[in-house]
Amino acid sequence: MSEVPIALRPAATRSPLRIALWGVPIAVLLALLPYAVDPYQTILLGYGLTYAIAVLGFNLLLGYTGLLSFGHSAYFGVGAYTVAFMVKYLHTESMELFILGTIAASVVVTALFGYVCVRYTKIFFSILTLALSQVLWSLAFKFFWVTGGTDGLRVPTPKLLGFVSPAGADKIEFLSRGYYHYVLAVFIVCVMVMWVIVHSPFGKALQAIRDNETRARFVGIQIRRYRFMAFLVSGVFTGIAGALWVPLNGLTTPDILYWPFSGEIVFMAVLGGFRNFTGPIVGAVVFNYLKTYAVGFTVYWQAFLGIVLVVLVVALPTGIVGTVRLLAAWARRKAYRW
Amino acid sequence: MDLLVIHLFNALLYASVLFLIAGGLSLIYGVMRIVNLAHGNLFALGAFITASAVGQWFAGSESAWLFLLLPAGAIGAALVGAILEPTLLRPFYKRPEEYQLLVTFGILMILEDVMRFVWGPYPLSATTLFGKMGSMNVGEWIYPRYNLLVIAIGGLAGVFLWALIYRTNFGIVLRATSQDMRRASALGVNVNLVYVQAFTIGCFMAGLGGAIIVPSQSAVLGMGVDALVLSFIVVVVGGLGSLEGALFGALIVGVIREIGITVFPEIELAVLYLIAAVVLLVRPAGLFGKPT
Repeated sequence: MSEVPIALRPAATRSPLRIALWGVPIAVLLALLPYAVDPYQTILLGYGLTYAIAVLGFNLLLGYTGLLSFGHSAYFGVGAYTVAFMVKYLHTESMELFILGTIAASVVVTALFGYVCVRYTKIFFSILTLALSQVLWSLAFKFFWVTGGTDGLRVPTPKLLGFVSPAGADKIEFLSRGYYHYVLAVFIVCVMVMWVIVHSPFGKALQAIRDNETRARFVGIQIRRYRFMAFLVSGVFTGIAGALWVPLNGLTTPDILYWPFSGEIVFMAVLGGFRNFTGPIVGAVVFNYLKTYAVGFTVYWQAFLGIVLVVLVVALPTGIVGTVRLLAAWARRKAYRW
Repeated sequence: MDLLVIHLFNALLYASVLFLIAGGLSLIYGVMRIVNLAHGNLFALGAFITASAVGQWFAGSESAWLFLLLPAGAIGAALVGAILEPTLLRPFYKRPEEYQLLVTFGILMILEDVMRFVWGPYPLSATTLFGKMGSMNVGEWIYPRYNLLVIAIGGLAGVFLWALIYRTNFGIVLRATSQDMRRASALGVNVNLVYVQAFTIGCFMAGLGGAIIVPSQSAVLGMGVDALVLSFIVVVVGGLGSLEGALFGALIVGVIREIGITVFPEIELAVLYLIAAVVLLVRPAGLFGKPT
């Protein structure tokens, strides 16, 4: 191994102060963004941030535990459909209740799926997660009297914190201001929680399992239990992302449960670089722009994204963040020599 | 009773096509240890090529020679496979699995749009062949004869493949490479050549599956993505990398689907996926796979 994995770097470079030095200005910039750019751009970034939460959760499995899930569309879909069902059957309006409901629903579903899936690793884990996600897809597809079938279910704009109500306000205005800030806040909380998780002893144990399963077991780590916990956390994050996404979209359809969407989640993680903490976030936001503009530009956007993906895995396997870090390290060495 | 025969025919029809797709997928995995997510698109490619050969280039022709165009899709898919393997897949054999899956996912996206570009967004069909075969009576029911041809082709393909792998020198080399690529290479096997050949055969089978299904259905965009997930179920049930597994998996899925469509149409797909999950739980390597 010539390159040292990021996680093994000395802790000093990751001190909370340094993180705050980077994180706070970025958070402030993101919070001020709606006042600088037009609503379309803000809503687009809102989509990107919800995907970022999903990929952050996904990457706990791929980047930190070494398990490639090809079925994360399922948990995103659980989030979105939980919100839609709460609207349809319980007439709930509050976003906080939506999130609580989604957490409960995704804990149940991921616990069930995870119990089955974590017995396997490598390709079998990928295929099994894919197969199970397609169970949900086919149910959403076939039980149209419950799920609306391919028409999907409409979700109106929710009430935030019990008082920020969309009633009266313009929908675009609501989504690009109040709701955007809400998504941003949840995003920041999710990033902080994930940061704590991956740097906790639990996170270190996951990385140990990823790097050497036999040795991790020898040290006394209960591998299956840790993988199961990682699966659970991962699924809940992705579920929350789905819940936040659905008011933005206004509609949930079986498409978000279909397996190519799982492929897109993997794509986002690899685009940003799944061996970095920030990689999935960058990847999700960039992918969202890439896809949106490609769709607007050509009907053959899928081929365009496919070419990007192939070039990426051939030429830049460490993704955007990994490549930037490599370049930065190279520049530092260059400067040092001078 | 007659109805039972018809259901049996339908199950076999579905199983033959699934066997062609999943058998190719399994062969490729068995030899190269790569799960080709773009495999369903090669099935779709076969369907589109045959459909455009029969339905567009020779539209209006009633000649029985049209049946000779049936393999066109299989040959086309095989050619695409022969180009894809050395150029895009070969650099990935030594890289981690996630990259292999991703590159084939990228190929899937590209092929999907290549087909949209070449044939447009509308369904294509080759119903001339279907109509030409006419139909026959099964008791008081009528059944299209063409479906029996599909079943026969599926069965024949299975026999040929079995003979190729277990009764020829090429088959010995193929199995040797599959068991231990490095040792086979040390013994003088040109591994790269075997890989191209195996991948091409796998693609040929997928293309053949698409080609023989297109006279009775239409070639539509997205059919590859649907087919891939179904063939995943087949290989998971039968065992990834095992040809016998693909055959039995296809038969099981064919029968269950036929029962499902008549008895519980709403949860037919869900039941299939659940069966795949249960098989993985009970026998992780599938019914015919070797435990690793």
